[in-house]
Amino acid sequence: MLRIYFGRFLGVIFICFASFSANFSYAEQVVVYSARIEKLIKPMFDSFTKETGISVKFVTDKAGVLLAKLRAEGKYTPADMLITTDAGNLWEAVQVGLLAPVESRKLEINIPSYLRDPQRKWFGLSVRARTIVYNTDKVNPAELSTYEDLANSKWQGRICLRTSKKVYNQSLVAMMIAEHGKEKTEQIISGWVANLATDPLSNDTKAMEFVAAGKCDVTIVNSYYYGRLIEKTPNLPLAIFWPNQDGSGVHVNISGAGIIKNTKSKKSAVMLLEFLSSKKAQKLFTDINMEYPVNPKVSPDSIVAEWGGFKQNRMNVVKAGELQIEAVKLMDRVGYR
Amino acid sequence: MKSEGSNSRGNSYCLSGSLQTVLGWRYIPVIVATLVLIPVGTVMLSFLSPTGEIWQHLVETTLSRLLLNSFWLALGVATSSAVLGVSLAWFTAVYDFPGRKIFSWGLLLPLAFPAYVLAFVTLGLFDFTGPVQTSLRSWFGTEPFWFPNIRSRMGVIIVMTLAFYPYVYLLARNAFLTQGKRSLEAAQSLGLNSAQGFFKVALPMARPWIASGVMLVLMETLADFGTVAVFNYDTFTTAIYKAWFSMFSLSAASQLASLLIIIIFVLIVIEQKFRSRIRYAETKQSSRMAPIILTGWKSWAVAGFASATLFFAFLLPITQLFIWAIDSFAEEFNQRYLGFLWHSLTLSGLSALLICVISILMIYSVRRHPDMVSRMAVRIATIGYALPGVVLAVGIYIPLAWVDSWFSQMAMQLFSIETGFLFQGTFVVMLIAYMTRFMAVGYNPIDSAMQRVTFNIDEASMGLGVSGWGMLQKIHLPILKGGIFTAATLVFVDVMKEMPITLMTRPFGWDTLSVRIFEMTSEGEWEQAALPAVVLVLTGLIPIIMLTRQAEK
Repeated sequence: MLRIYFGRFLGVIFICFASFSANFSYAEQVVVYSARIEKLIKPMFDSFTKETGISVKFVTDKAGVLLAKLRAEGKYTPADMLITTDAGNLWEAVQVGLLAPVESRKLEINIPSYLRDPQRKWFGLSVRARTIVYNTDKVNPAELSTYEDLANSKWQGRICLRTSKKVYNQSLVAMMIAEHGKEKTEQIISGWVANLATDPLSNDTKAMEFVAAGKCDVTIVNSYYYGRLIEKTPNLPLAIFWPNQDGSGVHVNISGAGIIKNTKSKKSAVMLLEFLSSKKAQKLFTDINMEYPVNPKVSPDSIVAEWGGFKQNRMNVVKAGELQIEAVKLMDRVGYR
Repeated sequence: MKSEGSNSRGNSYCLSGSLQTVLGWRYIPVIVATLVLIPVGTVMLSFLSPTGEIWQHLVETTLSRLLLNSFWLALGVATSSAVLGVSLAWFTAVYDFPGRKIFSWGLLLPLAFPAYVLAFVTLGLFDFTGPVQTSLRSWFGTEPFWFPNIRSRMGVIIVMTLAFYPYVYLLARNAFLTQGKRSLEAAQSLGLNSAQGFFKVALPMARPWIASGVMLVLMETLADFGTVAVFNYDTFTTAIYKAWFSMFSLSAASQLASLLIIIIFVLIVIEQKFRSRIRYAETKQSSRMAPIILTGWKSWAVAGFASATLFFAFLLPITQLFIWAIDSFAEEFNQRYLGFLWHSLTLSGLSALLICVISILMIYSVRRHPDMVSRMAVRIATIGYALPGVVLAVGIYIPLAWVDSWFSQMAMQLFSIETGFLFQGTFVVMLIAYMTRFMAVGYNPIDSAMQRVTFNIDEASMGLGVSGWGMLQKIHLPILKGGIFTAATLVFVDVMKEMPITLMTRPFGWDTLSVRIFEMTSEGEWEQAALPAVVLVLTGLIPIIMLTRQAEK
């Protein structure tokens, strides 16, 4: 008797669950796992839904956690797209076989080749330039030239840096390894460490505040953090300097996306990806967070434009992923915390 | 007549007997331990995958420094939390001094603060660029050399102590309220003064409570990542994060985390070994003596000490948060906050209920069957708190996804329907996940309270024909009430503050207040995070105030 009831009960539960999830899987929608936070990605999704009628469901978390999640879910993952805020994690997603290649003329036209994966498994959606910010009262911009020059002893006790645990610094050092090789990069980074005015700081904004307060003279940050800080407190004695303009150019990273290999709605997901590289969405990327658009047809936000144009380092950002572990080890070796 | 009497006794025994079989008391700790072992085991399985390269790198470069940092941090935070928590508990429980009533509940308020929030607020105030040092510089015209560097080991220890001492305070106060003055009387009758009475009688008697509290502090400290990250103070957990997020090796991260579990496990076993030598007696709660009235400088010294703690641990940071929250209110606040609040409350409330019920069942089971298996099971069941949340979250998620995939496959084969994931992103999973993480927080306070229920009491009540549910209701619950309330509050507040498990297992769109804080802080917008943080702290205050009201009754 009890067993029959139990069986029925299980049956009902099962049907409930099944119909519940079936509902979800048949409506036209794209599911996104995003390391880019809601505030900086939802407007683009809303715009996409308005244009196509396809809804976007998303969940945010750290990139590393999202990768672990995708791996655990494997074949049955509900996710169609992964968005990260750096190239390294996308590279890793490719290494563990999570992403599928995408053939799309639109993407190839909209996104310069150095900002997307050579295997076509991920695509940059916005450019994040990591540049030098200096104290205008204490530094003559003529003193500044390159990232490498900050290792020079004339900067002794004048540098603030964000912690090496942040992926932005890991990417920067990885790209330097790609350009100069391990040995020379190690010399440069230990030069930076020797020139530190204070222990590495926990975030870019803090580093700029230290520069503004006079604890140190220069720091290296992503330009949009500068934009946000200046927007909030316009009177700070801070200015942007674009380094390496006579050489390889400013180090850039991307916030980018790839399509999950086990997606069940690849077509819609690719539509979303293409939309994100389109003029309309690209405008949002730069307007909302003062990042640089990847699409050369879109001009940066007006505040961003005031900082002037600059030459970007055109080495493919895939190197940031390939050499990230190397970079982390190097920074550990020279005691860059 | 006679037969009727024996009949009723027989009934009650029968009831307790049937209760046993229905609930399977005996096996409850084992079941819970198994549930906890699944994620912990998943983490430990990582030892099967080779990660020699990363280990070698860590050993060659940073590991010794990280271990040393962790050691000093754990030692510093545990000691100072114990000193601060116990002394404040003793003063507010036994003495009367100006503001005692307010302090007795006010000193619990910092519990509502997530430690990383306290960290970024404190750092914001006292760092080189903060208002304090900035004003000092403008007054003196130069950098005041005597100002301590807050971004230091000392700074981290102070902030963590301010965040975690309430665990000790709460439990120790519970102990002192139920035995403190009585023990002091006994001590005085033996000719000891009140200081001697404290050290020789009251303190040893409160040992299990204090030890539980310090244990919670230790686990929290060793597993913390958020607070140390704000200070850029590298600990063992930093290595875990680095291995996973920077060097893409979840296996190496899990191996490191497993070591952490082993260390904590050993500490727990040692603590229990010490404890089991002592037997504790119950004292009546009802007859409470009037507090000893402090006079003169002593009363002001105690009041000053309590005020300083309250000020730095709660008043100052909450004020700063409020100021930031007002700044960002217009931009950040919308009706979605009702949703965040509702989600946070639901999860915290249900988890508190679940964990308390299961803790009580476990405690009863061990009490009835205090054998090796049950004891071991309990220790395992409460180990989840020692893991960094994000590692435990993956440990939960991997087997879960496996089960889900298996179900999907079965459904496909048997009924050829596509079910998608059935369990992932459901409520039940979140509750089980919280249970594996916070079992220790619920279990320890109730277990400490249970030490007051001697077997003599059980025997006496059984002799009076009260057993089973009746004994639980009439005899045990009144004694355990304080412990249960404490446990429920701690779990409630801890779940509310919890971030990584919530992030990883939440259903789509099911954002909570702590998810909102994550969103803001992950982009470095600490001040924007003030609004959700304020709401979170204020909501956390509700059960804390309820708790203190209950304790004052």
